[in-house]
Amino acid sequence: MAREPRLQKGSDMPITRRDVLRTGALGVAGLSMPFVRPSWAQSGPVKFGLLLPYSGTYAPLGEAVNRGLDLYLASKGGKLGGREITFAKVDDESAPPKATELTTKLIQGEKVDILFGTVHSGVAMAMVKIAREEGLPTIVPNAGADAITQAMCAENVFRTSFSNGQVGFATGQAMLAAGLKKVVTVAWKYAAGDESVAGFKRAFVKGGGEALKDIAVPFPDVEFQSALAEIASLKPDAVYVFFAGGGALKFIKDYAGAKLGIPLWGPGFLTDGVEKAAGEAGDGVKTVLHYVQSLDNPENKAFVEAFRGAYKAEPDVYAVHGWDAGQLIAVGLEAVGGDVSKRKELNAAMAKASFASPRGPFKLSSSHNPIQNFYLRELKGGVNQYLGVVAKELADETTGCKLA
Amino acid sequence: MSLYFVQILNGLQYGLVVFLAASGLTLVFGVLGVINLSHGSFYMLGAYAALTLTSLFGDIFVALALGLPLAFLFGMAIEWLFIRHLYARDHLQQVLLTFALILIFNEVQQSVWGNNPLSIPTPPYLARSVMITGALGYPVYRIVLMAICVALALAMVFVIQKTRVGRLIRAAESNREMVEALGFDSRILFRLVFAAGVALAAAAGILAAPVESAYPGIGDRVLITSFVVVVIGGIGSIRGAFVGSLLIGLADAFGKVLVPQFSSVIIYALMALVLALRPAGLFGRA
Repeated sequence: MAREPRLQKGSDMPITRRDVLRTGALGVAGLSMPFVRPSWAQSGPVKFGLLLPYSGTYAPLGEAVNRGLDLYLASKGGKLGGREITFAKVDDESAPPKATELTTKLIQGEKVDILFGTVHSGVAMAMVKIAREEGLPTIVPNAGADAITQAMCAENVFRTSFSNGQVGFATGQAMLAAGLKKVVTVAWKYAAGDESVAGFKRAFVKGGGEALKDIAVPFPDVEFQSALAEIASLKPDAVYVFFAGGGALKFIKDYAGAKLGIPLWGPGFLTDGVEKAAGEAGDGVKTVLHYVQSLDNPENKAFVEAFRGAYKAEPDVYAVHGWDAGQLIAVGLEAVGGDVSKRKELNAAMAKASFASPRGPFKLSSSHNPIQNFYLRELKGGVNQYLGVVAKELADETTGCKLA
Repeated sequence: MSLYFVQILNGLQYGLVVFLAASGLTLVFGVLGVINLSHGSFYMLGAYAALTLTSLFGDIFVALALGLPLAFLFGMAIEWLFIRHLYARDHLQQVLLTFALILIFNEVQQSVWGNNPLSIPTPPYLARSVMITGALGYPVYRIVLMAICVALALAMVFVIQKTRVGRLIRAAESNREMVEALGFDSRILFRLVFAAGVALAAAAGILAAPVESAYPGIGDRVLITSFVVVVIGGIGSIRGAFVGSLLIGLADAFGKVLVPQFSSVIIYALMALVLALRPAGLFGRA
């Protein structure tokens, strides 16, 4: 059924599929040459193709990624490698069936020089498949599907976020370190949930912990009473949970309502974006992620301040992914002096990139997934408190990647 | 043991909500002979109406009190606009029109409320838990929800068994032509029954909203589950819908715990079993 794209409430930048030709965003608002095909003219703008969810469940994430990228460009005066930047933006609606068509539209129709996308792992997989064939320099600024930097890795595909297994692994390490022995996992039954739990077990079970049971909830169900009843009967030391957004909020509240008295743990997606809404129910929830807003480093302070100034809102981990996508492509474009036709050199420069991210030091593994620090946080009074470093410069596995 | 006790509670609670929705479907099907695919949409609209009404008036029970008459009027309007033209037509055309209604209601939902899952507040005085076993608290709202569902079910039985309207409904169910031949205006009866069906679906949606939250596609699952219940219980049988709903609720709750890898198919397996043993359903007239 063909759905018309629609404007999202609360977005200051409503963009739909139809606005593919529309360019311009904060920071590059001065640009006014949207339709120039730049590959022959190295003085013209470089065209970034953005495949992001601007509507649907993941719209806030897509917008945060976009804002982070815009903000970085603005901090560089809208120019990278001596060239101005224009945008072609497509709303992917987090709908995998449409991904192939929309990616092709950006590459063939818009003739973008660099591809950015996306949030939903299924859409990202379809996009990466095409990007590999086309050889187009591509940056994945959020989707965590393990395969993107494992079996499907490619010279021209880079990720500035995380892989699902990597975050699960770090969380497993933190739970071991906290002295927890017996754990029940609860996750949505889809790729991201499965990969997250698998990553968790790779650390936790191999390190001597025991996973009593894996409870899989059909996606995107938010009826958790059966899971809670099982947890009560299994009496684990802690519960490892992978949910995000509305489902995460519901779980945190239902979990508090069940009065189990069992510590709740999970990857940071459990609390990010719902800190305030969780209220008292969220107090004491411990999560592990590669970012927390209160990180004490100069890059993060500058980033947080710039973000607040530009958007009158608090930055989150997704905005960091977008910001670092900007940093990464900047490294590439500087290396080739803005000549995007030198793809080999551009890719090679990005593969070797190493810079200070708001999340801490950032570089890429041989399969182009970030090697990054992971932090333990505890939710208290609607704010994630920084508790310490769980893993320093943790790299994900590169299983099946021929670059490795 | 306590796990089984809790799962019985969970199963009954889910089953009772499903019963409200399914009883509306079976009533419409039994009396009007219309296959109403848009029934799940009325559940969905109920959940979203709960969202809007609670944000305006602050309490899920106020939302229910306002939502029920609204849903009833809405049902009468839908019957007058669309459904009444279907009585003389075959099932294919009924399916086509009511499917079109699903698409329309989904579009309305997306443009009015957007695509994000939205949570509906539990009334503060019910946002507590009671310890039902040594280790597990159970939300008070869910217990109240069960009580309300049982009360509505009893009210429905009373109306159907003891009142004049109920007698007419039962008569129309077994022989529509005879009811008309006796001089009753079936047009009005049909309109009321359809509206009652809509109100039941909406009531289920409103009451379940604080528990389930509202998100796109929420009605589709309810529609499918309701059809399974109607098939198991027997078409047109309220009693069948009641037993079928509780069976589905319990099968679902225990399936999730005992055979998690098959939990999504277990209710369909149950339906297949019933169809094989009693093709007309548990309480259906063959």
